[in-house]
This record gives sequence, structure tokens and C-alpha cells, in this order.
Amino acid sequence: MDLKDLYRDIIVDHNRHPRNFREIPDADCRADGFNPLCGDKLTVFVKLDGNRIADVSFNGSGCAISVASASLLTESVKGKTLSEAESLFSQMHQLLTQDDAPVDVASLGKLGALSGVREFPARVKCASLCWHTLDAALHQQEQVSTE
Amino acid sequence: MSAVPVLDPRNAARLDVAAIRREFPILDRTVRGGRPLSYLDNAASSQRPRAVIDAMSRYYEQSHANVHRGVHLLSQEATDLFEGAREKVRRFINARSTKEIIFVRGTTEAVNLVAQSYGRSQFRSGDEILVSWLEHHANIVPWQMLCQQTGAVLKVAPITQAGEVDFEAFTQLLSERTKLVALAHVSNALGTVVPVRKFIAAARSRGVPVLLDGAQAVPHMKVDVQALDCDFYAFSSHKMCGPTGIGVLYGRESLLAAMPPWQGGGDMILAVSFDKTVYNGLPYKFEAGTPAIAEAVGLGAAIDYLESIGMERIAAAEHELLVYANERLATIPGLRFVGTAPEKAAVVSFTLDKVHPHDLGTILDSEGVAIRTGHHCAMPVMEFYGLSATARASFAFYNTRAEIDRLVDALHTAREMLG
Repeated sequence: MDLKDLYRDIIVDHNRHPRNFREIPDADCRADGFNPLCGDKLTVFVKLDGNRIADVSFNGSGCAISVASASLLTESVKGKTLSEAESLFSQMHQLLTQDDAPVDVASLGKLGALSGVREFPARVKCASLCWHTLDAALHQQEQVSTE
Repeated sequence: MSAVPVLDPRNAARLDVAAIRREFPILDRTVRGGRPLSYLDNAASSQRPRAVIDAMSRYYEQSHANVHRGVHLLSQEATDLFEGAREKVRRFINARSTKEIIFVRGTTEAVNLVAQSYGRSQFRSGDEILVSWLEHHANIVPWQMLCQQTGAVLKVAPITQAGEVDFEAFTQLLSERTKLVALAHVSNALGTVVPVRKFIAAARSRGVPVLLDGAQAVPHMKVDVQALDCDFYAFSSHKMCGPTGIGVLYGRESLLAAMPPWQGGGDMILAVSFDKTVYNGLPYKFEAGTPAIAEAVGLGAAIDYLESIGMERIAAAEHELLVYANERLATIPGLRFVGTAPEKAAVVSFTLDKVHPHDLGTILDSEGVAIRTGHHCAMPVMEFYGLSATARASFAFYNTRAEIDRLVDALHTAREMLG
């Protein structure tokens, strides 16, 4: 278990400078996510163009893993169709929770930087919070909790 | 129990911490790639000395049977050990009688017992329960549930920026509607030692009974329920070197005697028929079912152990650790102390600029330093400071300056990594 596996340079960079860290005032869907264990709170905003994600953003507060994960999420799902985003969600879920997940990390691009999280079970929920929140937003639930 | 060489041979007023640490097997283990364990999460749960572990093993190996039931030898031995533990608890907190010592699962269950037995039978719509902003959820939620059941109202005394309960505001909130005051003796999130005597005096002068949540006080200072003159006092074994799953509710006998039973079952009755059941006397009226016997024996052993060192010496040693930790932590740029009351138990709650407490917890853990991060089951306290979480280091008498040094080094690592 090496801390450098968790706090890779990309993660540290996205925590210091989160991308798409803003509200979308005329968002088509939004949801709040909450991690009661550590108090992470974030809101995900989505602007749709048909079945394509035209814009996606987040705001809130959280640990480095949850902020970086949300930042990376916004970069990777922008422009994707809803089904492509759902497929990414399930790949990320496997990547974060299964030791021998048949996930092609290279195909995930920068999201692959989160592969070290599964070595830190206490932090998996931090990384997955934004994905569950995006999922809730797209399915028009207003609130999601990691518990 | 065997005599433990706990005093520094060069200075009888100081503890021989190396000798004490040898009594705690877990402190000897390594973590995270061979690093020594620096266990600084004692406010969440302390560790156990060998004397406690052995007492419980010995009980299971030699004396286990159900208590208060059989005429056979083992049942008598188990009963003697169980009731012997109750007497140790009575002496430890200076209660008048073992009738005032109710074994429960822990502080949480003790508060729930008072809420559901005393509160539910006594409180009416519009009655008030007064707590403070410092409380652990265990001293908030049982009262909220009671309020829903009875129509009583929960009032909250504010705290100051330093993390002290505002005494003036507290006295103004005391009214003829106040039916109970429920206060932390020591704050788990901040370490504030609440000067409870003046709060108790103010409440009792108006005839209002007082419950103290002593979970964070009993392990670290001499507690005397008669000197405090409180009506209920709740604490947990696992924070004072004893086993999990057992704790104590002290109650003034006159109040306990008038309270209805809380849970029904075996042991809490004298006679049962379908027409009429006669309840047992104190303290058994509140102890339905087979109790946590081995855990009571372990708690008794923990009390023996703590007394062999002396609560005054424990308090002094922990205060020294607190002073040292405050000095060292104050040198870290961007570190902000949360809770700066002049009188504190050995608990330091803090934040570090640009590093979320949860990341701190992970980074410190990788260096073998165990602390608590989060809201500490005191979300109103966090809300008061506008925080979602803090990092909290909490010390016990077996901790060392070297462990605090490791904490400080790991905090520097965290700053370099994420700051």
C-alpha cells in the first residue's frame, strides 16, 4: 500500500484546481450527494442536448479524492451520450470496488488514475460519490448518500 | 491483580510509561509496513491492558455460568464476580449504594434508558429538556425521540468560539418548564471540560435534575457523583480500558426507585403471572435479560488497573501530553485549533489549510498514526464552526511524546503532498 498510488499527480492537480467547478444555472438535471462518514457534500449539474451531455459541472466540498474524482468525471462525461455515461459509471464502479476487475484502465484515460483507490477501502466511497450523484441527477433523484 | 510498576523510579510523581506500555499488548504491534503504531484515537475507544484481557479469559475458562439463577458453584462464582464488578464501579465513582449502579451497553444506552423510563413517564407536552451545543449525538437524539413521543421541547444552550458552554445563556434558558438538564462532562469533539458544578448548582436550585454524559470524563479524571451532586451519570467501559458492550448508568436512588422499568424480561422481575408481574428491586429492575457478565468482570479489572496507577496521575500525564501536542502542533503552518477552552481533556481537534481531514486521516494512517477524522458524532459542533469535519488526536496516559512527534512529522508530509 503506497500513498503515491492514491494521491497520484493527476489527483493532486485536480484537487488543487478542480475543473468545471461551478453551477450551471439552467441545468436540466442536478442532484446532491452526501458522504456522512466524512461530510463530503457535492452537487452535480447536467445540461443536456437531446440524449447527449452538453455540459456537466459540480460544486461543494470534500476530500482530495472526492473533489478530484468529481473533476475528472466532468471532463470525461462531457459530450458523451447518456448510455456512454452509464457505461463509464459501471466501469468506474468495477474499477473502484473489484480487485481483479476486467476493466481496461487505458480506455478510461485520466479516470484510470483512480485505480489506486481500491487499495484504500475506507476511501472508495469518496471516489464513487460523484458517480452516484451523476447517476441520481440523470435519473432525476434529488439526493443520494453513500450510506 | 499483580502489582504493575507504573511509577518512574526516578520520580514517583511521574509514570513509567515504558512499563505501562508493556501492559498493553496491542501497542507492541506494527502497522503499515512495519511502522510502530501511534494510537491517538483514544476518545473513540481506548486500548486494553493485559489485566483486563486476562480477567475476561479467566472468567470464561474458570467461572462462567448465568448469574442470579443457579445454586451451583459456577453460577455463584459468576454472580460474585459480576456483583463484585458493580461494587468496584460504585467505589470508583463514589456512589452511595450499588442500587444506584445500572449496567447498560454503554453511554448511549444509559441516556436512552433515562429518556424512555424517566422522561417518558414524567414529561408532558411543553416541558423542556436543556442540552448544550457541545453534545455528542448520543445526548441529543434520545431526547429528540422523547420529544416526538411526549411533545416536550429540546432547548440548546449555545457555546462560545472557544468551545465553552455559555453559562449566562444556559441560566437564561432554565425555566419552570425545564424538566431535565443533560450535559456533556467533557466534549468528545473538542475536549472542553465543562465546569459542570456550577451548571448543576444552577439547575438544582430550580429543582431541575441533571444528567451528565461522562463518557469522555471518567477515563481521564477522578469522578465523584456525590461531590458533583448530579442525578444521573452515564459512561462507557471501552473508553476507560475496559471491554466494549458494557457501560454504566448511575442514578440517584430516589429517582431510580420511582422510575418504571425500561425493558421487560428475566432478572428484572420477582414474580410473574398473567394477572400481575412484580418487578425486582434496584438495580435489577433495569437489567432485563442475561447481562454482559464477562464484560462487567473486564470493566472491574479496568477499574482496578486505573486505580493502581491513580486517576490523578493519569490526569497529570495526559495534561502533559496535551501541552506538548499543543506546542508542537502550533508550529505547523496552516494548522487551526478547533476548541480552545482553557480547561481541556487531552483532545486536540484541528484543521489544516488545503488538506481535508479525511485525506489527513489516510496520510497519517500510512505513517502508523491513528487519529479520528470526521464529525465525531457531534455534527452541531461542526456546524457551529462552519466545518464539515476536523482531525482529532486524543491521548491516553500510555501515549508518548515520540508518538506526538510522529503525528507532527506526518502532518508535514500531508502538507507537502496536498497543501
